[in-house]
Amino acid sequence: MDILSLFVVVPVLTIIALVFAKGLKQARLVSMVGSMVQLGMAINLVFAYFKERAINDGIMVFTKDFVWFEQFNIHYAIGVDGISVALLMLTSIVVLAGVFISWKMPDLPKEFFISLLILATGVYGFFISIDLFTMFVFYEIAVIPMYLLIGIWGSGPKEYSAMKLTLMLMGASAVLLVGVLGIYFNSNADGGALTFNILEISQVNIPFEAQKLFFPLTFVGFAVLGALFPFHTWSPDGHASAPTAVSMLHAGVLMKLGGYGVFRIAMFLLPAGAVHWSWFFIILAAIGVVYGAFGAIRQTDLKYINAYASVSHLGLVLFALLTLNKIAWNGAIIQSLSHGLLTAMFFALIGMIYGRTHTRDITKLGGMMKILPFIGAIYVITGLAYLGLPGFSGFVAEMNIFVGAFQQNADTFNRVLTILVVSSIVVTSVYILRLVGKIMMGPLETNEVTDLPRATWYEKTGILLLMLPVIGIGVAPFWLSEMIMKSLEPFIQGVL
Amino acid sequence: MNFSSFLLMRQEILLLTIILLLVVAEISISQSKKQSIVHLAIFLFGIHTIVGFFTIETSSLFGGMFHTNDLIHFFKNVLNVGVFILLLQSADWLQEKVVDENKGAEFFILLFSSLLGMYFMISSGDFLMFYLGLELSTLPVAALAAFEVTKRISSEAGIKFILSAGLASGVSLFGISMLYATSGSIYFDDIITVISSTNLTILGFVLFFAGLAFKISLVPFHFWTADVYEGAPISVASYLSVISKGAAVFILMILFFTVFKTLMHVWENIIYVVALATMFTGNLFALRQQNMKRFLAFSSIAQAGFILLGLMTGNQLGTATIVYFVMIYIFSNLAAFGVVQAISLKTGKENMNDYEGLYRTNPNLSLVMMLALFSLAGIPPVAGFFGKFFLFTAAASEGYYLLVFLAVVNVTISLYYYLLVIRAMFLRTSDQAIPYFKNKLYMRLGLLVTVVGILVIGLYSPLYDYIFELSKNLN
Repeated sequence: MDILSLFVVVPVLTIIALVFAKGLKQARLVSMVGSMVQLGMAINLVFAYFKERAINDGIMVFTKDFVWFEQFNIHYAIGVDGISVALLMLTSIVVLAGVFISWKMPDLPKEFFISLLILATGVYGFFISIDLFTMFVFYEIAVIPMYLLIGIWGSGPKEYSAMKLTLMLMGASAVLLVGVLGIYFNSNADGGALTFNILEISQVNIPFEAQKLFFPLTFVGFAVLGALFPFHTWSPDGHASAPTAVSMLHAGVLMKLGGYGVFRIAMFLLPAGAVHWSWFFIILAAIGVVYGAFGAIRQTDLKYINAYASVSHLGLVLFALLTLNKIAWNGAIIQSLSHGLLTAMFFALIGMIYGRTHTRDITKLGGMMKILPFIGAIYVITGLAYLGLPGFSGFVAEMNIFVGAFQQNADTFNRVLTILVVSSIVVTSVYILRLVGKIMMGPLETNEVTDLPRATWYEKTGILLLMLPVIGIGVAPFWLSEMIMKSLEPFIQGVL
Repeated sequence: MNFSSFLLMRQEILLLTIILLLVVAEISISQSKKQSIVHLAIFLFGIHTIVGFFTIETSSLFGGMFHTNDLIHFFKNVLNVGVFILLLQSADWLQEKVVDENKGAEFFILLFSSLLGMYFMISSGDFLMFYLGLELSTLPVAALAAFEVTKRISSEAGIKFILSAGLASGVSLFGISMLYATSGSIYFDDIITVISSTNLTILGFVLFFAGLAFKISLVPFHFWTADVYEGAPISVASYLSVISKGAAVFILMILFFTVFKTLMHVWENIIYVVALATMFTGNLFALRQQNMKRFLAFSSIAQAGFILLGLMTGNQLGTATIVYFVMIYIFSNLAAFGVVQAISLKTGKENMNDYEGLYRTNPNLSLVMMLALFSLAGIPPVAGFFGKFFLFTAAASEGYYLLVFLAVVNVTISLYYYLLVIRAMFLRTSDQAIPYFKNKLYMRLGLLVTVVGILVIGLYSPLYDYIFELSKNLN
């Protein structure tokens, strides 16, 4: 079994093992072991990648190719570059943290972990695929369990949120399907055979007319998952209603599929289309950044605040990608990772607070630092990292994005937009600091809640898992940048 | 006519033998042992299904009235497997409700006669044989729809079906007569050489198409569907929605790709509009259905709309994707109908809100239903996704991107109402949830086969390659 296929096989084996598990204890044990194996594999992959990269100069390494549907030239083709390795690493961390956070799942635990791991399988498969069809299959596999996860184990208006989220994402994938077919039927433009293979298509000069037509479809298809304004409305409702681990996985990992897909499919395969359309979508992305930030200010529900913040921060990823600048791209990838970890931490912490106080309303919360010191302290740290304090991953990401977007070769249009987008940092500080000030440092709202249970070992483990890489990226971003920068080369040839 | 050429019709002859054997059995089995007729019929049909898998050579009989080739033979096998699953799923219903009224053999005889008609219809080489096959496949179903004579709604279904079917076949026959008037022949092979797009030919073609469209329940010939499905026994509704529809789609495809190939510039536009109308009507009407049978009726109307996308190509790719999709559709829809049947038989409940909390009491049935609905909605990794994706690929290969786009919009709409059922089963809890029950062996087998089909057909790619090879026979 090759090193990459294991990323699909291990979750599937875990799922099969889960089918035979009985009760919460066995289910969570099996999922924990399975997720730990995945994390081990991801760490191993990072080292293997550096070793392989030294001797292998291809765009993708560890490539494997098996014919699936011969008539359509559909292959099960896999391979990774630095970007996908980084995102695989992120996924394995968040999945494991998610399992720890769901340690006490009261209702239908077995089904919960199975759905969670189906989602993880889809995400892993998506990141390792280099065949459009296979990628599309994994994309849908990742999305559909969300319906059950939110609908069964969620809170609040869960049926509404689950339906809205699923329909919007599946609708987006429907648009994407047309884009994928468009790329497929133009992949013989240079006289070769029709193919779904990303590496082969990237060598083909797809006619400009086709690129112009299919870029928006492909872009929007993926960007909806990346919460592109005005298609972001599923995200706040979905996140607010989802159970903690699902919010973590969804905001932390699943939404990254959007940015990754935009980059890997829409921009890589249709570069002329990207150049042609970037002005339009960059406006939408910029609106999303600012709108999300202001949206977060207005909310009083902790999860909604975080969800809007996600819209803002992921808008930043799309914005950076569309500036068509190498440094900004580097920032976009780091932002994806950083946001994945930080937002997962936020959701985990919110889940812990909610589990103890049974409210997420900030007007009813206060003085958490006194009664829940560990959770409070971590919350403050996460908040500071989130608003881009140096020393954490958020700073590295945003620094790269804004420097890249404002570089010499940027035109006035981009610069104006960049200035607009930079202002969102200030707004972010407003809602984060206000939040921290009110619910962590502020006075106790009621005296009833003075003796809440402290954070348990499994909660601490989950948090620390996410915390370490945040500091790691913040303090020593260079190894990550190196991994990403090299992988950006082929993209640059296409677009710039 | 010698023995070896008769062997080309062995599917038909074998089925006829089974029908006659069942007549004999009905007469000779004593009243107290009438239950065994169900076992006998399933056993005989099982053998028939297995025998069908032996290959058959390409040839024609009766001076070109009866064709057979690998593709037609394969499709007959698909129909056989479908009917076999259907028999397994309806065995309990037959044993508990029908045999006591002394109508067990009658059910099988009517069902098999209809299937025999479909054999002749898809094997037909001229319009006479086609029409005979069409009638033979339709008339027994009307009797089957009215099978529960004591129920008013069932009799109503029978009457509705026979009236609309009669009208449709009349219209179809009128069209055939016009085609005969312009071409001077009723043999497909002769018509191909002389057909041209004169006005009378096109009128004849359109009338003929209307008759077949009734069988596939394409919009605007779909009005009978929901009422008949609701009133007829579930086995019959299931038969109408998968077997009958599958066979009609198949012959429609054959005729379009061979006889009417010259008129492609005409029927392209017709199919374009009809496909869109069918998808949108089916999906939008399905949104608000509460009765599961009506729900599945509209869902199957919408599915027929998707199938039409494959017709737009007029080539081998189109043939392969249609056959592949129909096969997947048969498995998926039979699974859904099977679950509805199982629940209806035990509890008499057929409404969507009766399904609330089903997962917590009957997890296995709910999972089968979920797989079936995911397959119908086209969610990977179950088979329906591959079927739909390939149909869309076929349509896109001819540059119909707008049609594909509208079709995928429809997929999203359909996902909504499929999720409504999943919502009832998984998300909701209820005090009056259907209590746990255990299905009998036949039903469990019937559901198991469909589940295996749904899971395997899509992922196992050689099957598609095989169908693609067979499709050469047509184009």
